[in-house]
Amino acid sequence: MERPAWAPRSIDISVPSVSRIYDYYLGGSHNFEVDREAARKAMEFLPGLPKIMQANRAFMRRAVRFAAGEGITQFLDIGSGIPTFGNVHEVAQAAVPGARVVYVDHDPVAVTHSQAVLAGNDDADVVAADLRKPHEILASPQLERLIDLNRPVALLLVAILHFVEDADDPYGAVAELRKALAPGSLLILTHASYEGIPLPAERAEGAVDVYKDIRNPLIMRSRDEIARFFEGYDMVEPGLVQMPHWRPDSEPEDEDPFAFSGFAGVGRTA
Amino acid sequence: MIAEPDGPEGRLRRLTTIWSRAVFPVTSTSLTRAEFEEQLRPLARRLSELLRARSFDAEAAKAVGAALVGAHCTDPEALTRTLDCVDAYLVLYCGADGPQDELRMRSSRLQHAMAAGYAQALRERTLAEQEAIAQAALRAQGVVAQALHASEARFRAVFEGAAIGVGIADLDGNVLQVNEALLRMFGLSEPSLRGRRVQDWVHPEDAPQTWRLYDELVHGEREHYHVEKAFNRPDGTVLWTNLTVSLLRDADGEPQYQLALMEDTTERRLLNLRLRYEATHDALTGLPNRTLFFERLEKALNAGEGQRFGLCYLDLDGFKTINDSLGHAAGDRLLVEVADRLQSCATAPGEMVARLGGDEFVALTTGPGSAREVDELAERIMGALVTPISIDGRDLLVRGSLGIVEGPSGERTAAEVLRSADITMYRAKSAGGNRSELADPEADARAITRHGLTTALPTALERGEFFIEYQPLVHLGDGSVRGAEALVRWLHPQHGVLGPDRFIPLAEHTGLIVPLGRWVLEESIRQARAWRERHGDQGAAGPLRINVNLSPCQLSHPGLVQDTVDILERAGVAPDALCLEVTESALIGADDDLLKPLRRLAEMGVDIALDDFGTGYSNLANLRRLPVSILKLDRSFTQGMQQFPADPVDLKIVEGIVTLAHSLDLAVTVEGVETGAQAEQLRVLGCDTAQGWYYARPGPPERLHDLALVDATG
Repeated sequence: MERPAWAPRSIDISVPSVSRIYDYYLGGSHNFEVDREAARKAMEFLPGLPKIMQANRAFMRRAVRFAAGEGITQFLDIGSGIPTFGNVHEVAQAAVPGARVVYVDHDPVAVTHSQAVLAGNDDADVVAADLRKPHEILASPQLERLIDLNRPVALLLVAILHFVEDADDPYGAVAELRKALAPGSLLILTHASYEGIPLPAERAEGAVDVYKDIRNPLIMRSRDEIARFFEGYDMVEPGLVQMPHWRPDSEPEDEDPFAFSGFAGVGRTA
Repeated sequence: MIAEPDGPEGRLRRLTTIWSRAVFPVTSTSLTRAEFEEQLRPLARRLSELLRARSFDAEAAKAVGAALVGAHCTDPEALTRTLDCVDAYLVLYCGADGPQDELRMRSSRLQHAMAAGYAQALRERTLAEQEAIAQAALRAQGVVAQALHASEARFRAVFEGAAIGVGIADLDGNVLQVNEALLRMFGLSEPSLRGRRVQDWVHPEDAPQTWRLYDELVHGEREHYHVEKAFNRPDGTVLWTNLTVSLLRDADGEPQYQLALMEDTTERRLLNLRLRYEATHDALTGLPNRTLFFERLEKALNAGEGQRFGLCYLDLDGFKTINDSLGHAAGDRLLVEVADRLQSCATAPGEMVARLGGDEFVALTTGPGSAREVDELAERIMGALVTPISIDGRDLLVRGSLGIVEGPSGERTAAEVLRSADITMYRAKSAGGNRSELADPEADARAITRHGLTTALPTALERGEFFIEYQPLVHLGDGSVRGAEALVRWLHPQHGVLGPDRFIPLAEHTGLIVPLGRWVLEESIRQARAWRERHGDQGAAGPLRINVNLSPCQLSHPGLVQDTVDILERAGVAPDALCLEVTESALIGADDDLLKPLRRLAEMGVDIALDDFGTGYSNLANLRRLPVSILKLDRSFTQGMQQFPADPVDLKIVEGIVTLAHSLDLAVTVEGVETGAQAEQLRVLGCDTAQGWYYARPGPPERLHDLALVDATG
């Protein structure tokens, strides 16, 4: 019998994936030629894209360490992608042995890859779910097993919200997640923006178009729009800033100019 | 330990710093540069050691190259910068004072080894990561495929397990998939159904719209349709289904498949046909019943211009007697035989025989030539009954009365036609039976009027449509008015004033005679009292009396005596003012039970007159037994006296009756006196009282009042 028309479609690895493109920017080989082709095309407009990603990873690393220093031992990383290296669980579990981490991604390949990486790690797991449906994340058995929502959680939305269009109500999703978190929880967030890119916006738009072409539109938001995601949170010093300026370990002046693209911040629930 | 700036540690630190500054910008590590430099420091130390080792081992530098890959320096630019750095500074910072040529050669060999180590590690890492991502993709596909498989398995279970037939075809009509239930319905195996085309299943019984709906659906103009449809099974039987066909569209809304859901309704349909047969046929004889007959008759009556119909309505004569004497089983067998014979009479197309119920049958013929055909049909029916029917060894002679109606379509309703046939059949029966009669509009009209009057009687009484006229009773001796006979009339809204002969038999038949009779009695007694109040008890003959007719029905009604007494008492009228007239025929053969109420009334002082005396079987011996005091001679006796000279035989008879009556102490009243000569003759013969047109026609009570006054003064 032929596959009925109303049955779900299978995975098509001939379509570029943002997770694998991200991995490529970070020098990984967890990617296919279609991914690399899209990445190279985007880099024609924004050659510093790898540096932006690197800055994201560096910020995340600092923020996770900060959270651990605040006594937080539970981490929920939504949009985790393909964890090439320097992942949340590595950083967190190095800082706080036994720290619990739940990764969430909607890319089935990213999820199965994470499962392989996390095999044998009882304190970390991955959920196949979508940020646009927060209740599915919150109701997942993995989250129920690893995370106690009555205690503070560090929620990581690193380089993901710029893939959620306004029509899908990203603010509503972030608010719904906040409501599920205990007081003292942290929101760790980065977001792409035309602000801070050391090139004319027209050049950056070329890269944005590449994402549109692969049906994963990149939504560039202004600083104010990004700040609205922190509604209900008290901003942790130094607030919503360019990534290298968030509690740097070394002189920001040493950073690549592209590292200053977009914004990062950490907020704490009251 | 704090390194001397110019000591070996200090020089190593400077080398590491230069190296990390060169390479950091092209790494993708998330470490800070300081942390990255910490990672490079052991590598720099290892290179320094290898450079100065007593026995030189360049191969060991491969591990340093590989470690670069481990520090996420996967961009080959990192290797270039590393080699540049080593080439320029390793000998300078770590060579101490060794032989420069030897050191440079060693540095060069170390660089080669590092490059090889780096390349090999990068290659392995790349392969490992490619392997990992491919595995992940494969597993992810497996997960999706598994979910798909589960969903398909669920779907298949529904599809295969469904009790209704499910089939999928493409839009060209090619059957792609059918389930077990559908195969069972068709009595087919899957291979023989696959590759069939939906259009092959045209069936003669398809409703006209069936294939138009199909075309609309496959062209995407309709989402679904529902029809009752028949299919031929391979074994030649017919499968009837309730069929619902839906259009399946793909994700973009383009029509792709047609989905048929069918329910086997063959059994239900057969059951319906059987129920329909049972509902339209007579269980005893198997003939069509009243329902089916009416359907066919109505169809014939609506057949349109130029079409005619003929109807024979048969009722067996004396069937009740057969039923009563031989039993219902014999009666039923007789009906079955009659039905068979009738059936053989109506074999032409357009002819049918039906049983309406009991022993009533109808035969119908339709078409333009029905005028002749219906006569022949009637003849065949009468002929079919001629041969006696043998039941339980007896030959029963069966006769029937037949009413025939024939006419054009479109003029009358089925009910009207059947009523006409019924009336006509009754005419045949009244005329003695064993004959047929042709419907006659006038006879129908009379019967219909009679029927109409019968049904109108009860409301007529309620609405006060009856009234009473009074005909004086005159004493032949002195010509004085002694009383009057009350005669009831009906002022019918359509037919005008109707005499008792038109409606009393109907009232007798329906039992309305009892309340009507009571009303007449009340009204007449009330009138008698009014007269008495006016005239007092003057005159030698006493007060005016009132004669009221009593029908046989009233006579046997148990409330007669009590009603009469009540009415008299309520009006305050003495019983001797009342005379009840009873026909002779009503009293013939009357037993004591029937006579008892009359006797009671007579004892109270009510006169009883024997009406229409001489018309029936006058049992003179019986006269003595009856509580009567007056004989009313029928008008037929007086008719012979209207001419002059009077018929001598009539005179003798009347004289004889009068003598007989008087000897029994009975008074004699004569009716129908129309001439003075007649009156004189009757007076001479000894009759006591007379009534007739000679004195007065029946009229309103005031007329009698005037007559009585004239009489009193004259």
